[in-house]
Amino acid sequence: MRSTEPVASGPPAPGGPEALGRLLQRSSRGDHAAFGELYDATAARVHGLALRVVRDPAQAEEVTQEAYLETWRTASRFDPAKGSALSWMMTIVHRKAVDRVRSAEASTRRDLTYHHRTSTPEHDSTAEAAHASLEAHRVRSALAALTDVQREAVELAYLGGYTHTEVAQLLDLPLGTAKTRIRDGLIRLRDAMGVGQ
Amino acid sequence: MTDHDHQARDLASETELSHALVGAYAVDALDESERTLFERHLAACPDCQAEVATLQEAAGVLASTSLTTPPPGLRRDVLAQIGTIRPLPPLPVQPTLAERRDELAARRGRRRRWTSTVAGVAAAAVLAVGLGVTQPWVDQPDELSPAQQVLQADDARSTSVELGKDVRATVVHSDTANSSVIRTENMPPPPTDRVYQLWYERDGVFEPAGLMPVAEDQTVQLNGEARGADGVGITVEPEGGSEEPTSEPIAEFDFGPAA
Ligand SMILES: [Zn+2]
Repeated sequence: MRSTEPVASGPPAPGGPEALGRLLQRSSRGDHAAFGELYDATAARVHGLALRVVRDPAQAEEVTQEAYLETWRTASRFDPAKGSALSWMMTIVHRKAVDRVRSAEASTRRDLTYHHRTSTPEHDSTAEAAHASLEAHRVRSALAALTDVQREAVELAYLGGYTHTEVAQLLDLPLGTAKTRIRDGLIRLRDAMGVGQ
Repeated sequence: MTDHDHQARDLASETELSHALVGAYAVDALDESERTLFERHLAACPDCQAEVATLQEAAGVLASTSLTTPPPGLRRDVLAQIGTIRPLPPLPVQPTLAERRDELAARRGRRRRWTSTVAGVAAAAVLAVGLGVTQPWVDQPDELSPAQQVLQADDARSTSVELGKDVRATVVHSDTANSSVIRTENMPPPPTDRVYQLWYERDGVFEPAGLMPVAEDQTVQLNGEARGADGVGITVEPEGGSEEPTSEPIAEFDFGPAA
């Protein structure tokens, strides 16, 4: 198994979001160099999310790899009018990571109690490095705009990869209310971060 | 309360329920069947499409709290493998039925959209005359029924729409037969006091093409002429039908450019 290395600094995003869109566009025409640049600009973020959801480093690497291959294959389907290139890529890797954990659980029912206890990752060097980044700092501030339940629900769903039904169980919420907490939490996060508007 | 009322109430509240799933969908927190249900709603709900996009942007920033550079070998593997994968071509740039409709209507200076009369639902005139009920297709052994003439025409072309899991409607139209036939599979009943109404869309104008009998699986022939039509739509209308659509279509069958 290959080891993972923490990044030294924040996300490299040369030229900003439009640049990623252009790299995707060039990739859709078969430009390997552009895709290499795209990879370098996004790998820490994409793999970080895969690892966060899947936990197992070897499986996370597979998910990251699958996500990039899917990104390469479907690059022409990215529509800048509908959102940022980064968000489009994160959506791909998130779906793959979630599919991975759910299919792994298809036969064995997940022990929710255990996962709940461990759903907040240790304060390790990775988190430390991310904490240093300006954006991570902004995210943490933005998260303060959420109620505790909203924040927990959003994090369990997005970073934990749990369904809203599982989130309801984990947080002892009446069935059916977790989806509302998730939506309200995301709306507050969106408005606090000023993204996607 | 009858089964029918239950189904109607379920249908009526389905939109509301679907809207509420938008956040969970944006973070992949729906189970398989909910995802299917929501994606069916999403395809027809611009509000949810916009909200999903912004909520996904918001969720994505959470990932910045756990950056982890993958091992260098992964980059090598990925870049080696893309050489064996052909990037998909862009989706064909075809104006949608709605776009073509708007364009044509604008050109003719009589912009009529599905939504134009939605506000007038309460006051919508219910057509008493001039609006026939489509006839279920009954197989006639001796000669080709009008429906068969459409289905067996050399220029018959078929357009399918998925309305949900296992729910599908297919329109077959033929210029030589100058008619269309619609076939449904597992179609849920319309809400109480409502009917499914068929329309031909021609140059931005909607021509009533009949009411659909209530049945899950059926093949019915549309009223009116297929020749020159841009497509067919189904809307949910007050019992008895309407003179023009009073709601957004639940399905649109775009005929595409003429053959
Ligand atoms: Zn909606």
